[in-house]
Amino acid sequence: MDDLYREIILDHYQNPRKKGKLEPADIDYAEDNPVCGDHIHLTLQIDENDVVKAVGWEGEGCAISQASASMLYETLVSKSLDEIRTIGKDDVLEMLGIPLSPVRLKCALLSLKVLKAGAYGLTAWPGEEED
Amino acid sequence: MKSDYSTPLDVDAIRADFPILHQEVRPGVPLVYLDNAASSQKPLAVIETISDYYSRYNANVHRGIHKLSEAATDAYESARRRIQAFINAASFREIIFTRNTTESINLVAQSWGRSNLEPGDLIVSTEMEHHSNIVPWQMLAGQTGAVLKFVPIAEGGILDLDVYHQLLEEGPKLVTFTEMSNVMGTIPPAREMIEAAHAVGAVVHVDGAQSVPHMPVDVQALDADFLSFSSHKMCGPTGVGVLYGKREILEAMPPFLGGGDMIKRVELGQSQWNDLPYKFEAGTPAIGEVIGLGAAVDYLGAIGMDKVHQHEQAVTKYALDRLSEVGGVRVLGPEDVSIKGGAVAMVLDCAHPHDVAQVLDHHGIATRAGHHCAMPLHQHCNVVASTRASFYLYNTFEEVDRLIDGLYKVKELFAR
Repeated sequence: MDDLYREIILDHYQNPRKKGKLEPADIDYAEDNPVCGDHIHLTLQIDENDVVKAVGWEGEGCAISQASASMLYETLVSKSLDEIRTIGKDDVLEMLGIPLSPVRLKCALLSLKVLKAGAYGLTAWPGEEED
Repeated sequence: MKSDYSTPLDVDAIRADFPILHQEVRPGVPLVYLDNAASSQKPLAVIETISDYYSRYNANVHRGIHKLSEAATDAYESARRRIQAFINAASFREIIFTRNTTESINLVAQSWGRSNLEPGDLIVSTEMEHHSNIVPWQMLAGQTGAVLKFVPIAEGGILDLDVYHQLLEEGPKLVTFTEMSNVMGTIPPAREMIEAAHAVGAVVHVDGAQSVPHMPVDVQALDADFLSFSSHKMCGPTGVGVLYGKREILEAMPPFLGGGDMIKRVELGQSQWNDLPYKFEAGTPAIGEVIGLGAAVDYLGAIGMDKVHQHEQAVTKYALDRLSEVGGVRVLGPEDVSIKGGAVAMVLDCAHPHDVAQVLDHHGIATRAGHHCAMPLHQHCNVVASTRASFYLYNTFEEVDRLIDGLYKVKELFAR
């Protein structure tokens, strides 16, 4: 249990970084995880060089989904859209550093799905089961 | 303490009938199965009945002129008659086998609904429903131009019957509601609601997915026009459900699916439908599963559904009382077990329902987290999801204690 809810997960869950909605936003995308009702709404401001200028997000859901969003989105500022394209599922899972069952994988990867689908469209998201 | 909560059942003897319950999910952590509203476990009698069918007399029904086919047909039709008796239907012709409750409801919507509804006709459902008692009616409304309205949930997790009676004054053609909420356990006054709906000429469908497994249901006393339920929530196998319908209504309905077994005579230009119930059973049915469901109703009938219900009331009462000691736990729905079945959905102040379920699972306790296929209900309660513990005849007071211990562990983890 302490593996799954390790200190850093609980810290991000209880004190999420970059919370808040940006207006106006260049990228504005939200998605739900219907299995457990997790919700993540991401807004990004992008400068003229396609680099992330500011990030803000809102959401509700389980500790895994919300900590994942907080940890992933915290790293986005000053990354280019090309760099974001290279972020993969393994990067997010490594960042979380916890063992996850297939069901909870959907929680953990919702943040990445919202980011990818928001930045490049849903076709950029291959789904959790593949690889 | 627990002696205040008496059960009419010999739960140790019942547990001995369910092989799956006697396992540890991890060394030293015995399984506590509290996800019965999603699917129940199966007694050995059901497992052996199905095994016996496949080992000794597996064959198709209703056609073969050979010993095995006759044995399979006898067992299949005998199961239908025992299920008829279990819900006290007037005729075996009123028992139609489907895949599950969902398919039963879709059958009513597509067969009865499409041939009886016109643009502007009213269908009344409720906010308390499982998605399977909402979506088929939305689809039907889209197809026919009928209008779908919902009875809201009132304070305390019960239906707002004032609004129900107002909606009846608008003259609905069809009323459909659950006899037991799969989330809050709420048991609405079904008999009274059906009588009022009939008084304005409405046909009534009852979703019995949660009620039939957990309490006595008598379709003639209830006077329901349709009742849907699933085998796998009542000690039977997956893959089979039942639609009960009053004979004169079923007779007037067109078939749902076309194919073999549902016809008397087929010509290239037209076909003549078979008699009830076969008119609605196109194709090879789930023979082994139907026979298994027959064994399940034998098992439940021998114990007595009134006793099953009393036992679950006692366990639920004990769970509600103990939950109130934990603090920071909000239970959705009624707290009076005379109008609540054994489904206890809860929300903790300190943790998301999914995290609660995960920590409980770590301690061997199987619950369900999410919206339980009832998103409108959760929207009404202003929560995105809940953690649900749901009881059955084999659950014990000690298992409720394990659940409570698990919730204290959740609080410890998330309070740091």
